[in-house]
Amino acid sequence: MQEIQAKMKARAKELLESGQVARVIGWKKGEFIYDNSPATFESVEELDNFVYDYFCGSNLSKYLIAESKKPGKTAVFLKPCDTYSYNQLIKEHRINKDNVYVIAIECLAKLNAETIKNLADGFVTGVSVEGDKVTISSPYGEKVVDKKDVLLTKCSTCSKTHVAGDEQIIVYNFEKPSTDRFEKVKELEAMTEDERFAFWRSQLSKCIRCNACRNVCPACSCVKCVFDNPASGISAKANDDKFEEQLFHVIRAFHVSGRCTDCGECSRVCPQNIPLHLLNRKFIKDINQTYGEYQAGEETEGKTPLTSYTVNDAEPNEVVNGGK
Amino acid sequence: MLKIAKSKLNDLYAKINESMGLFIPVKVAGEVDYRVWSEGKEVSLETLKTVKSPKSMFFPQTENLMKFVKEGKNIEIIDVREDFDQRKPFVLFGVKACDYKAIEVLDKVFLADPVDTYYQDRREKTTIITTACSKPEDTCFCSVFGIDATNPLGDVTTYLDNDYLYWQANTEKGENLTNLVKDLFENGGEEKVAEIKENAKKVLDCLPFKNLDLSKFKPENLNELFNSDKWQELSEACLACGTCTFVCPTCQCFDIRDFKTNKGVVRFRCWDSCMYSDFTQMSHGNNRTTQTQRFRQRFMHKLCYYPSQNGGLYSCVGCGRCVNKCPQNLNIVKVIKALGDK
Repeated sequence: MQEIQAKMKARAKELLESGQVARVIGWKKGEFIYDNSPATFESVEELDNFVYDYFCGSNLSKYLIAESKKPGKTAVFLKPCDTYSYNQLIKEHRINKDNVYVIAIECLAKLNAETIKNLADGFVTGVSVEGDKVTISSPYGEKVVDKKDVLLTKCSTCSKTHVAGDEQIIVYNFEKPSTDRFEKVKELEAMTEDERFAFWRSQLSKCIRCNACRNVCPACSCVKCVFDNPASGISAKANDDKFEEQLFHVIRAFHVSGRCTDCGECSRVCPQNIPLHLLNRKFIKDINQTYGEYQAGEETEGKTPLTSYTVNDAEPNEVVNGGK
Repeated sequence: MLKIAKSKLNDLYAKINESMGLFIPVKVAGEVDYRVWSEGKEVSLETLKTVKSPKSMFFPQTENLMKFVKEGKNIEIIDVREDFDQRKPFVLFGVKACDYKAIEVLDKVFLADPVDTYYQDRREKTTIITTACSKPEDTCFCSVFGIDATNPLGDVTTYLDNDYLYWQANTEKGENLTNLVKDLFENGGEEKVAEIKENAKKVLDCLPFKNLDLSKFKPENLNELFNSDKWQELSEACLACGTCTFVCPTCQCFDIRDFKTNKGVVRFRCWDSCMYSDFTQMSHGNNRTTQTQRFRQRFMHKLCYYPSQNGGLYSCVGCGRCVNKCPQNLNIVKVIKALGDK
């Protein structure tokens, strides 16, 4: 991983020094080994804090909505999954792509800081990755765990490869494990309606309406969200379990369906660890079944299943039954 | 000092629940938050940082304040607080030292003139049982604010080890509660408690943030701090979500709205967040138009404005929830370090 970081840093330095770009979006070190933050680097000196490691899970593509409007070019480091969000944002005319230089970077799958902290009883003094094992150090003891058990949810079923990039930094040709991303969706589908309702009721009862899922979502790029409108007549801020908790997330998932690239940021940022990505994946699975395989963000142009019509489209009753 | 085997704690909760409500950290779908106890719930007193703080006992995220019902030309105003007044008194169980200090911070806002009677009702009816921290986490920095995690106050203080919960009443309210449940307890535990405290202190001594320097955060430095050019960089990754404000034990802002129902109008209040673009919206618009300004407001309030109005008391207690939960890892520690340089 350090080799990838070194190459990225060197490239960022070149691009800034040569004046080819005005800024580079990447990650900077935090206070611990697990709390890196997205950051914009505008000078070589600022690159001292540049970092790329197993705790750079955040998707940087949405920052380009604002950054690509600034004068000069913006270079951005995008992991495979992030390139799908990038393409989708271009398709929706949200990013000025002429102002962006994409460096596609290898991922190696990112770790979930919260899972690791829990394993370390809340006190992490060291994390090292060797092959498929992760060693976690803490004043309360040391643990060796399987890497697959401490990955970010979005990384544990990821099979994506880059779909955008003006250049690539690939060192290890990391082989992604083949897993079925719809496994959990199928489990939910196999439940009775009552069981499924109880599952979501329990999960959504934790929601604190912080809007982190919406704000991080590259598909949620409205300048002003309807839920932020004080005149909307809905109690958007109220954490009311009769309407908001049960429906807000479902409405949002509907709203981004067909555009959601399954980047998984919604579940990564949720302070209550609600598996919101499962709602999106259910829609992705249904769209695949009803209209044929479709991956949002694969292309920057072209029609999408939910915004185009063909005479062969499924009849409404088929759609209602989830394509079955 | 009294003690009770951890295996018998359910009996204690049930006994309290016979005559009072019980608000306690409970695990639901993998996460621990304060919730109303009932038989069968999975209690976790060991959890240091519940996602939301216990402030929701006194200041719920959403509450109805009153109802307006129109009949002909009359509008009847229904005080929905009656529902609450008829409820049993409550026990708030498992409060950590930082969160207990946070209640003092909230009291200065809600109990100052004009008194918030909704908050006051709950405060007066509640007996607070604190739980000392035995395993501090790396994101804890309560000692920076003069808080002793091993020795929280409250009406009753409790300590945990692997086998027992130790119980020490501190106030009259605490004694009354003790009398109600003392049949479940046996005497003893002083030595064990001393050991628990000593072990926790060893961990507190090696916490990474224990030497955070707050000396720069004084009212006389307000302008310098406000005008610092570091806010832009500190806030650049901010998503403008409300996570930090909603998990914070001292954040106290709320919004009041009317909601039209089939049976009249309900006036409710709910937590608001200075991170939101429509926060304190006025007729001329919002007085803070960028996320950097909103971000700065939050930390200036915690570290400068609030202390300047409350005898130097900071409105951060070092619980570290924002450090744990910010989706992009921005937090008050980074602010203190960046701006605190002398």
